[in-house]
Amino acid sequence: MELTLWTYEGPPHVGAMRIAASMEGVHYVLHAPQGDTYADLLFTMIERRDRRPPVTYTTFQARDLGGDTAELVKRSIQQAVDRFQPEALLVGESCTAELIQDQPGSLAGGMGLGLPVVSLELPAYSKKENWGAAETFYQLCRGLLRNQVPAPGADKPGPERWRAEGRRPRVNLLGPTLLGFRCRDDMRELRGLLADHGIDVNVVAPLGARPSDLMRLPQADANLCLYPEVAGPLCSWLERNFGTPVVRTVPIGIGATAQFLRELCSLLGLDPPELREADRRSRLPWYSKSVDSTYLTGKRVFIFADATHAIAAARIASRELGFTVVGLGSYSREQAREVRAAAKELGLEALISDDYLEVEQAMAQAAPELVLGTQMERHSAKRLGIPCAVISAPLHVQDVPARYAPQMGWEGANVIFDSWVHPLMMGLEEHLIGMFRHDFEFVDGHLSHLEGASAPTKQPVGDQPNEAPEVTPLSATPEGGALRWTASGEAELSRIPFFVRGKVRRNTEAYASERGVSEITEETLYEAKAHFSR
Amino acid sequence: MALTSTLPPVLRESGQREVFCGLTSIVWLHRRMPDAFFLVVGSRTCAHLIQSAAGVMIFAEPRFGTAILGERDLAGLADANEELDRVVGDLLARRPEIRTLFLVGSCPSEVIKLDLAKAAERINTRMQGQVRVVNYSGSGIETTFTQGEDGALPSLVPLLPSSAEPQLLIVGTLADGVEERSLSLFARMGLETVRPLPPRQSTALPPVGPGTRLLLAQPFVADTVRALERRGAQRIAAPYPLGVEGSCAWMAAAAAAFGLDPQRVAEVLDPLAERGRRALEPLRRKLEGKRLFLLPDSQLEIPLARFLHRECGMELVEVGTPYLDRQLMAEELPLLPEGTQLSEGQDVEKQLERVRASRPDLVVCGMGLANPLEAEGFATKWSIELVFSPIHGCDQAADLAELFARPLNRRELLQWN
Ligand code: SF4
Ligand code: SF4
Repeated sequence: MELTLWTYEGPPHVGAMRIAASMEGVHYVLHAPQGDTYADLLFTMIERRDRRPPVTYTTFQARDLGGDTAELVKRSIQQAVDRFQPEALLVGESCTAELIQDQPGSLAGGMGLGLPVVSLELPAYSKKENWGAAETFYQLCRGLLRNQVPAPGADKPGPERWRAEGRRPRVNLLGPTLLGFRCRDDMRELRGLLADHGIDVNVVAPLGARPSDLMRLPQADANLCLYPEVAGPLCSWLERNFGTPVVRTVPIGIGATAQFLRELCSLLGLDPPELREADRRSRLPWYSKSVDSTYLTGKRVFIFADATHAIAAARIASRELGFTVVGLGSYSREQAREVRAAAKELGLEALISDDYLEVEQAMAQAAPELVLGTQMERHSAKRLGIPCAVISAPLHVQDVPARYAPQMGWEGANVIFDSWVHPLMMGLEEHLIGMFRHDFEFVDGHLSHLEGASAPTKQPVGDQPNEAPEVTPLSATPEGGALRWTASGEAELSRIPFFVRGKVRRNTEAYASERGVSEITEETLYEAKAHFSR
Repeated sequence: MALTSTLPPVLRESGQREVFCGLTSIVWLHRRMPDAFFLVVGSRTCAHLIQSAAGVMIFAEPRFGTAILGERDLAGLADANEELDRVVGDLLARRPEIRTLFLVGSCPSEVIKLDLAKAAERINTRMQGQVRVVNYSGSGIETTFTQGEDGALPSLVPLLPSSAEPQLLIVGTLADGVEERSLSLFARMGLETVRPLPPRQSTALPPVGPGTRLLLAQPFVADTVRALERRGAQRIAAPYPLGVEGSCAWMAAAAAAFGLDPQRVAEVLDPLAERGRRALEPLRRKLEGKRLFLLPDSQLEIPLARFLHRECGMELVEVGTPYLDRQLMAEELPLLPEGTQLSEGQDVEKQLERVRASRPDLVVCGMGLANPLEAEGFATKWSIELVFSPIHGCDQAADLAELFARPLNRRELLQWN
């Protein structure tokens, strides 16, 4: 038993829903009580989908439990098949139905429905959403491709067969789903990128695919494992059984996109990509090199996301923007090894956790200047007064923008530059702030156009004004006796632009308490400043 | 009763229901009683439901959480009990400000027959009065959406002190501002002893006894009423305080039950009603003649339909309700226009077919259905907003109507050429 307040991932059947809802022609019958229908809103509200996810719930009640819930399951399956006429059916159960053991999958199997039926067993008490998505995607493809698997020992076609077949090379783009981060835009970006290199797209799945498309998966010369949380197991299975090689580099960021192209081209036997392609196609390299960006040097960033985006963010932050990564972690236990390796490279220990309070604490301790996280970290960062950009699911409706905003490829790098640097600076260049900080515009009360831009921890948040914040900020108060700000200290502090004032206050206090100083004067503040700006 | 003669037979449906479970009420109950904590004993699904239904996450550490059952807990109940005690112990150590702990049962905990009443007893003994532990079930196999509140309140009833003192007890959560307003109005009428259940502090429990008269603020508190009646309280029959008419009748019923001076009551209510109707007038012009379809969700559907028809002139295509409680609706049903089609329970696919066939101007529905219906060309209103917004009382009648007028206004505003 584990106490959870907010969760990063839903139960595994929500992962299965993500697969079904991402595809066309698939329907999912879920043996579950009525409350579980809440999951529809994840799609219709957060993703703003214009249709309900293709899911039929049995919504059994307590009074059904004495009687025949199996009958209810069969009735629901039959009705769903009649009404929606899917090309393939997923059948499974949520946590409660798992306990009553009606085995909806085998019930469906015995109904002679005349369409492919995939029975999902997703252990609700030990697994979570991403695992459920990966397992569902894999089981669905395995079920549909059962008859195509070559006999063991049979010759596997090589990734360069396209030459012999007199066509362009083609690849599968695997893993994009609804409720993933910017998947729709990533696919558009990648299609363009591949087209530029003379590579065709065989199938994109699950997003937008039909079961008949999945039947064509083995026709690809290579599989691109773009979101390993979802596509990892399927890619491995296709590799083992069909011999399709996998490119596992996720093309997020300049370096990773270039590496991805090199790997893919060499795998397919294409000419290596041109060296200066990144500079030609993306603005990130130049923007990052430009003199204006020197203020980004050494910015302390804290990263927590799903494994794919956390690893990508760490690479971009440290190598392409010149930030200092002060914390790296993920809630994706399945990919913990990769995250740990990425952290180690940066001299850090990865935080693998799904307890957002633990993450928040690590964040506070790391004292970052920018947080890259999920919507949970956005909240933690807001409370700590640290700017934040969301880089990964779980998302909120505002993380599904109307505009084209991919993360992958050259344009993705542009989007990342803008969306990370913007919250950091809130529209003001730091060197200007430094130069003008004693001017009256930067004194309290003269900042109307920026009002509210800072996030004082004690302010009630907009929509629920009577909700008092319940936890005092995590910033340390020294043991045995409070810190006191002298008048000169306070006066100096008040001259600091309000949106960095919180940070300066915390840093100064931390500095003072570390040194056993109990009175903070103007001088202490400057000593702390000197200390922290080493 | 007149009901059977004027209303056609209720359409009873038993197919897929598209309604949240009772756990959802934690979202407003925990705000009502800031010194209480709601601990769901359930699965990751339960945790995810509350998080998704709450929609916004703004609390540092919310006053609700889920003890997620793991495989080991399922293997043996003995371990599950031990584990629960451990989790509660950790929680209370971390959050010493908690005065009342609600252990909330879920489908999984009900199915494995985890005895939360026993657990509450056990922990109560151990905590020796530092915190009070009660339990109820918000499971989706037994309760819908708002019914969760009707699970939580009866768990408090045994703790209420006894008193024969005459008092009016308002049952069901009202928004704080609305509640204050009704208290001051009752005081003006000459009724001083008015208390709410749930109270604003979980420890400030109202007394109950033969002098207690119950006035229901919400139509989903049937079990609470029964529990209070067993302690000697009596229910005042009244419609629900939605709209000018409902709110005035609601207050007047209470006033009559306490034998207040009708003259004085009228002096308080008449100007309120007059003002309320005036405020409604422009909204009535907007809503008049518009056709309304209510899908079953919050259990507020019948009183809402009554208000929107009688005071706003809307036509009722179908009024769905998760379950029909004839006793608690006895004052509402006769106010519905002749021929109103009620439906109880749900078969969501069939019901959506009826929506499509009847082409209403406005559909009241849950969040999962709203955008798909909008995409099909229907204006919608989320029912969940109705349980989170201050909608009760004369002064709120226009605000309530405005919630329904807004989607219609918006459609008129938007232009694409
Ligand atoms: S319906 Fe049952 S299992 Fe689902 S969230 Fe509600 S209590 Fe939990
Ligand atoms: S602050 Fe509000 S809008 Fe922003 S992510 Fe949180 S809940 Fe969503």
